[in-house]
Amino acid sequence: MDTIFALATARGKAGVAIVRLSGPGAFKAAVSLCGSLPQRRRAALRLLRSDEAVLDQALVLSFDAGQSFTGEDVVEFHLHGSVAVIQAVLKELSHLDGLRLAEPGEFTRRALENGMLDLTQVEGLSDLIEAETEAQRRQALRVLSGAIGQRAEIWRKTLVRIAALIEATIDFADEDVPVDVSPEVSSLMATLLDALRNEVRAARSAERVRAGFEVAIIGQPNVGKSTLLNALAGREAAITSEFAGTTRDVIEVRMDVDGLPVILLDTAGLRETADPVERKGIDLAVRRAEAADLRVYLLESADEAAAITLRPGDLRVVSKADQAKNWEGLSVSGLSGQGIDALLAAISAELGARIPIDGVMTRERHIAAMRSAIEALESAQIEVTGGMQLAEVAAADVRRAIAAMDVLIGRLGVEDFLAEIFSSFCIGK
Amino acid sequence: MRAFHVKHFDVVVIGGGHAGAEAAAASARMGARTALVTMSAATIGVMSCNPAIGGLGKGHLVREIDALDGIMGRAADEAGIQFRLLNRRKGPAVQGPRAQADRKIYRHAIQRLLAATAGLTIVEGEVVDLKMGTAGDIEGCVLADGSEISASAVVLTTGTFLNGVIHIGDQRKTGGRVGDAASVRLAERLGAMDLARGRLKTGTPPRLDGRTIDWSKLESQPGDSEPTMFSFLNKAPVQRQVSCGITHTNEKTHDIVRANLSRSAMYGGHIEGVGPRYCPSIEDKVVRFADKTSHQVYLEPEGLDDHTIYPNGISSSLPVEVQEAYVRSIVGLESVEILQPAYAIEYDFFDPRGLRPGLDVENTPGLYFAGQINGTTGYEEAAAQGLVAGSNAAAAALGCDSLRFDRATSYIGVMLDDLIGRGVSEPYRMFTSRAEYRLSLRADNADQRLTQFGMDRGLVKAERKAAFEAKMTALKAGRALLSGQALSPKDLALSGIVVSQDGQRRTAYQVLSIAGVEPAQLDAMVPGWAATPSDIKVQLSYDALYAQYIDRQKNEARGLSQAMAREIPADFAFSEMSGLSAELTAKLQRLRPATLDDAARVEGMTPAALTLILACLKKAERSRVAGA
Repeated sequence: MDTIFALATARGKAGVAIVRLSGPGAFKAAVSLCGSLPQRRRAALRLLRSDEAVLDQALVLSFDAGQSFTGEDVVEFHLHGSVAVIQAVLKELSHLDGLRLAEPGEFTRRALENGMLDLTQVEGLSDLIEAETEAQRRQALRVLSGAIGQRAEIWRKTLVRIAALIEATIDFADEDVPVDVSPEVSSLMATLLDALRNEVRAARSAERVRAGFEVAIIGQPNVGKSTLLNALAGREAAITSEFAGTTRDVIEVRMDVDGLPVILLDTAGLRETADPVERKGIDLAVRRAEAADLRVYLLESADEAAAITLRPGDLRVVSKADQAKNWEGLSVSGLSGQGIDALLAAISAELGARIPIDGVMTRERHIAAMRSAIEALESAQIEVTGGMQLAEVAAADVRRAIAAMDVLIGRLGVEDFLAEIFSSFCIGK
Repeated sequence: MRAFHVKHFDVVVIGGGHAGAEAAAASARMGARTALVTMSAATIGVMSCNPAIGGLGKGHLVREIDALDGIMGRAADEAGIQFRLLNRRKGPAVQGPRAQADRKIYRHAIQRLLAATAGLTIVEGEVVDLKMGTAGDIEGCVLADGSEISASAVVLTTGTFLNGVIHIGDQRKTGGRVGDAASVRLAERLGAMDLARGRLKTGTPPRLDGRTIDWSKLESQPGDSEPTMFSFLNKAPVQRQVSCGITHTNEKTHDIVRANLSRSAMYGGHIEGVGPRYCPSIEDKVVRFADKTSHQVYLEPEGLDDHTIYPNGISSSLPVEVQEAYVRSIVGLESVEILQPAYAIEYDFFDPRGLRPGLDVENTPGLYFAGQINGTTGYEEAAAQGLVAGSNAAAAALGCDSLRFDRATSYIGVMLDDLIGRGVSEPYRMFTSRAEYRLSLRADNADQRLTQFGMDRGLVKAERKAAFEAKMTALKAGRALLSGQALSPKDLALSGIVVSQDGQRRTAYQVLSIAGVEPAQLDAMVPGWAATPSDIKVQLSYDALYAQYIDRQKNEARGLSQAMAREIPADFAFSEMSGLSAELTAKLQRLRPATLDDAARVEGMTPAALTLILACLKKAERSRVAGA
């Protein structure tokens, strides 16, 4: 097994830069640079040398295999964050026997391979590194802590119990176990299905926290949607003009609303039109608006009816704040900025209420695995409720559900995800 | 110097139990000149434990042996005195044929079937040593009288002979033949082979005198009114049919056992071997299930003209006087006489992880193991291994490819894979739940799964071939009738079959797949169907019943199996992967799983390790592509 090394912090000038080594030769390699290693898990200053020449003065940390991020012997050099120092140290390391520069994501890959992290934890780590908002950070940390694996393990135990009860009636029918297992099986199944369904419900929002909530701004042409978008975003993201139908494509702006990741969508104004290009833009606007997590319908006046069906929680906002007499709801003026803070607060309140307190299913992959477990379990439940004439079919369904749990935590079927996961890591992370 | 007589054979099978008999028959059917060496020809086919064949999982194995033209199913049918299809009220995939067998008739049937097998010679004698070539390969065996048998393959089916110790209370005596000076040589020979050993135990109940049982107090369990045979060639029982009795232990029984626990060989600390969890002794039952106040006991007759009764469910290693006391505390057995006391037996087995899929011993070309020596228990498990070892020994001796059985097509394959891939921690017994493809691996379709394979490999003789081909033709014709007839929900309603009124036309085959639809309900709607033989109708209804489930399983499996089916190159260096435990690395190096799926079934495999192997495979592929 090679010993690998890489810069673990961002490139360029900084106060501190960290170079990390991992593998069976990490300690030996480090010693050849810094003379002696400090006590494990204790930091100490050392001079790094190449032959007699000093490369830098560094803080050195070392971790034993089994007690490090990768599960292997690990050494960290905390260097002065200079491009020249980093270059010199990396060059020195590359000359040592058995050492090579890490491939992208290789430290994390080794952590997975050595059982320090499961697949979902690797996903959580990836999310944490990508996290830009507070909600994303909290959620990624939960996933990184192994929350999915812990839950899946509990569900899997229940499934194994269910399977065992059913199998007992099949394989020991002729022996001393004539006890009717269906009450326990039914009750375990019902409880488990509730838990799985709740998790899937929460998962949609958890996935949004990771990927961002889509908030679509819709309304009649020239009602001020693009002006509002620019006011919310605090910059000129969309072109505005006095001509109706200026916006044709969907314009996306990412922003942080009270710690929530939000993708604002500016869409074409809704109206009948003969212009085929604008027609396409409107169709697209309706489609995206309907798929969005939240719709902000911008109204010319308080008595205007919405041109698409709004859902509970969607916001109706009157666009000309100064003209909004007798309107107690939200109103904004994109030009003056009046009402913008109130609208942001309303968006934050609505989306914030949807965030599961402890949702951990953050990816489509997780939800797909949960759905197939639920489908298999529902099918088994029908068989059990019907009197288990075909207990072997119920048993086969329960096994499918167990397989789905295994997929969730990366026991099987991980092929496609590995490449994606590892390609999303940069060297040294 | 005496001139010793040397006999020449292709294959020699040592031992005449269930593994040995089936091994010898299979080897001879394959066309190999075969010798079966046994101490006494009269003991070939002896049922040394319970007088029954089949059951759940086990019945499946018997059907598979029969599908390959083996002898166990035919002998059991001939000897059967009470036939019961277990799980009759569940689906056909988990129904297992079982029969009480008359011990004497069974033994005679096996002996007659072997005598009628062309190319098979029975040799009476005691094997004292194996003949080994200079390359460590097998060249035959040596008998106690000094004569030799030369053969290029030897199948060893020695049961519990290795360090066998029988326990009755605190009394112990060496069983098997270890005490004999001659057998020590064979044991030493095997001992020198660097095979890992383990120790197991099993037990039997006391045998009772049926004439001293008060049957009038007992519940009677008759056989099925329409008996299900083991062999695809048989239709009905030969012998007079009898019933078994049922009684129960009670608190008094349990008190007696509890009070004497320390005198039990098992609980007195005399036994170190691991016993089967699924076949607990009465001591185990009383200790481990202390809250149960009663356990069922089946009183099984050992034969039609034999008054011995086998009380199934109360095996023990208590002293004889305690056995008498607890047995007589049971209703109906108040004044019963014990003909032969219960005992526990401990024996060595060789770790089957040292075997290859043909049951040949790694690094010793020509040596095959079958039966209890591999850590299994049960007549059926032994016979199935005998068939595998015997046919593969013959194939090797004749220079043919080995015969392979896999998990997807047979219980035999499941057993081989479990034994070789995972080893055993208790005596290995077959269960239907061991088969992940249980819905496809049914007792009813064992012939459809295996007979053609057996024909291709020369294991199946003319009579069965003709019967199989006729059946397949009839199945094909029946299936064509069903598939060719489309029926509307209205048509079906007229025959009392309720489906959703979706206007959708279904083929009659699809209709038959609906649970609860009887084949006869289609008689009026499908031309020609009424005239189809009833066994063919039933078979097609079983095939149809699971078709949709099996399809779905296949589809889902496909997604998973793309990764799992990934092949691991033969030269893949497990030892160069970091992160695997040394033990697991050694295991993988030795077992050389051919696919990721195989690797997943290696005992001790963890998700992380599996992910690691997959990652390394992908990396190896990438570098190959890059280097190409």
